[in-house]
Amino acid sequence: MKEVILIKNGELALKGLNRRTFEDMLIKNMRLRLKSLGQFNFEVQQSTIMAEPLSDGIDLDEAAERIGRVFGIAAYSRAIACEKDFQTILRNAADYLEEDLESASTFKVEAKRSDKKFPLTSPEICREAGGYLLGKFPHLEVDVHNPDITVNIEIRDTSAFVHGRQIKGAGGMPTGSAGKACLLISGGIDSPVAGYMMAKRGLSLTAVHFASPPYTSEKAEQKVHKLLEKVSMFSGRIGLWVVHFTEIQESIKDNCPEEIFTVIMRRMMMRVAQIIARRENAGALITGESVGQVASQTMPAIACTDAVCEIPVFRPLIGMDKDEVIAIARNKTDTFDLSFLPYEDCCTVFTPKHPRTRPTLDYVEKAEEAFDWKPMVEEAAKTARLVVIGY
Amino acid sequence: MENRGYFDNSATTKPCREAAEAVMNAVENGWGNPSSLHFTGSEAESILEDARANVAAALSCKKEEIYFTSGGTESNNLAVFGAAYKMKRSGKRIVSSSIEHPSVDSALDALASEGFEIVKIKPDRYGRIDEKDIYDAVDSDTILVTMMLVNNELGSILPVRSIKKAVARAKAPALIHCDAVQAFGKMPVKPSALGADMVTVSSHKIHGPKGAGALYIRSGVKIQPRAFGGEQEMKIRPGTQAMPAIAGFGAAAKAIPDLKQSLERAESLKAYMLAKFEENGGIIINSAPDALPYVTNISVTGIKSEPMLNFLSSKGICVSSGSACSKGKKSRVLAEAGLENAAVESALRISFSRFTTESEIDYLAGMIKLGQSEIRKIR
Repeated sequence: MKEVILIKNGELALKGLNRRTFEDMLIKNMRLRLKSLGQFNFEVQQSTIMAEPLSDGIDLDEAAERIGRVFGIAAYSRAIACEKDFQTILRNAADYLEEDLESASTFKVEAKRSDKKFPLTSPEICREAGGYLLGKFPHLEVDVHNPDITVNIEIRDTSAFVHGRQIKGAGGMPTGSAGKACLLISGGIDSPVAGYMMAKRGLSLTAVHFASPPYTSEKAEQKVHKLLEKVSMFSGRIGLWVVHFTEIQESIKDNCPEEIFTVIMRRMMMRVAQIIARRENAGALITGESVGQVASQTMPAIACTDAVCEIPVFRPLIGMDKDEVIAIARNKTDTFDLSFLPYEDCCTVFTPKHPRTRPTLDYVEKAEEAFDWKPMVEEAAKTARLVVIGY
Repeated sequence: MENRGYFDNSATTKPCREAAEAVMNAVENGWGNPSSLHFTGSEAESILEDARANVAAALSCKKEEIYFTSGGTESNNLAVFGAAYKMKRSGKRIVSSSIEHPSVDSALDALASEGFEIVKIKPDRYGRIDEKDIYDAVDSDTILVTMMLVNNELGSILPVRSIKKAVARAKAPALIHCDAVQAFGKMPVKPSALGADMVTVSSHKIHGPKGAGALYIRSGVKIQPRAFGGEQEMKIRPGTQAMPAIAGFGAAAKAIPDLKQSLERAESLKAYMLAKFEENGGIIINSAPDALPYVTNISVTGIKSEPMLNFLSSKGICVSSGSACSKGKKSRVLAEAGLENAAVESALRISFSRFTTESEIDYLAGMIKLGQSEIRKIR
């Protein structure tokens, strides 16, 4: 008897001829995620992938938790694999699911038989197993429509599997299956959520953070590391580029009108991020902007920012309320509490008192010409420092 | 990084050599359980009792009145809850100030939710409390008055000595607790002179190691313990004592030099620093002229706390931002003192120890000046 994890892939099954590629990617992602726990063998059986630990003492609780954060999985369950002998299967079912069966009041048995040589048919398995479990747990009643627990028995070519509760997976597409994009991360609530959402759609992530010492502290950067660590539990490893941004910010402050400081700063950030994205083969930028949230996120301000972008900018939060973003930061990425650590970040340093909410591109472009930003932008991208985050 | 100016002694101090040696000695030779009956236990016990005697001497009190804890926060909690619960049948009012350390302030908030009536006296612009307000606040229903001796952010000295008279005049049953963490080792802290029934002190603010503190409880005063267990610390604070930290605490207490002399030195260092700041220009002094000279709160006009703090840190200087939080959340103490928003946003706390030197101050003033010219003003 051996415990394994059975994984049902999600949207994947719909992808026709690409399916194999997606599956391979999913398995690669799971393998990476589980690597530090020990060796696993992955086996594809119809629409299910079986993850089997190859040595004793592997922490399956942790493994299941990690699987639960891998995108591209609709549902998974922990199961025991055993010999295809019916009495053994029954005994294992009663043992393995004892706790769940004790606390349930109704149950049903579902059987699947892909090994047609097995002597009992699926309905026969259900009937026999149901009777056996009723004998073992006399408090139970059968309810085929709405049971507290479903006992699944699967007879496959290699062995038999017994499992109970199925757990909902993280959904989405395998990370990397849609390419790579570059996340701009400040340290607030929004950007980690934006990164999580795009990773869910199959993008692997690289990230850019702008540090402006002494206006921002080492702790602010550490906070970004911690936030990305949380995101990387879903997205896999993230290469973070830390850009030294002080001189650019000071030059904007010294040379440009205060009311459009933030818009110009964001344009500079986009420019730097694009250079890094190109270098990293990332096909798009990702930001946590949402229309109207702050002065630099009004439609005219976003238009001014976008004007410098030659690659797509993904803004998955664009139509979301703060509450909705917070719900994801709390319940999914677990980044909400971290976001609240009180350090100055690149966006709060020189926040203008009365920012212009409807800047025109003309005005912004002219204001920007007040200093020679091009070499500074190139230098900032060139000297960015790489920090590798996550598994 | 080389430390070229440590001005954050209100946060913590560097352990002195005597303390470090005592810690090592306790680890190597005092590792027994001081409650054990055999000789190894006795050796530890004698180290423990030496430490108790040293702390008692520094407070001019009896050895039996010192109860070791894990530090200031625990001592404050023990005193506030312990007194409130012990006295709850005698009344429900607790009088304090609105600028106490969070380990008192939050404890009082917890008691408020249990039905105690908490009165927090507001300070003046410099964080000073008017003794008249104490007389007004203490009534016959008052069971506890708790007040810090020196404020940790502004250095203001609070009129703890007046509490006893106020309590007597109101014929209140109140116990008196004083959080003397910032005062201990810097100015005289003698419980009987303060009129306090309980006094909190901490090791790591007087060049001892972290993890040890003490609560003085006057002989005859009974409070309710917060934890239950063995017989240690007269059952007021059960649990095997943290020997290395306590031994270090005792040594640090013993090493406190003549207070009058070091206080005079601190006064002249403060005057020296203020003169330097005057030369710099653009610096507002938020602390009172009569504040304890070891703690000085300033605001550098137009420059937020965090950039200046980071800048100084990059030059090997440690100060702390008076505001605990940058994103709109103001320092509670400075806000209570009624400082303007701009001053709160730019606040820095500079805190001396007896090891602070003039040349450190020269370097500090110079680097603040450099920061003033290099760091862009907010507006």
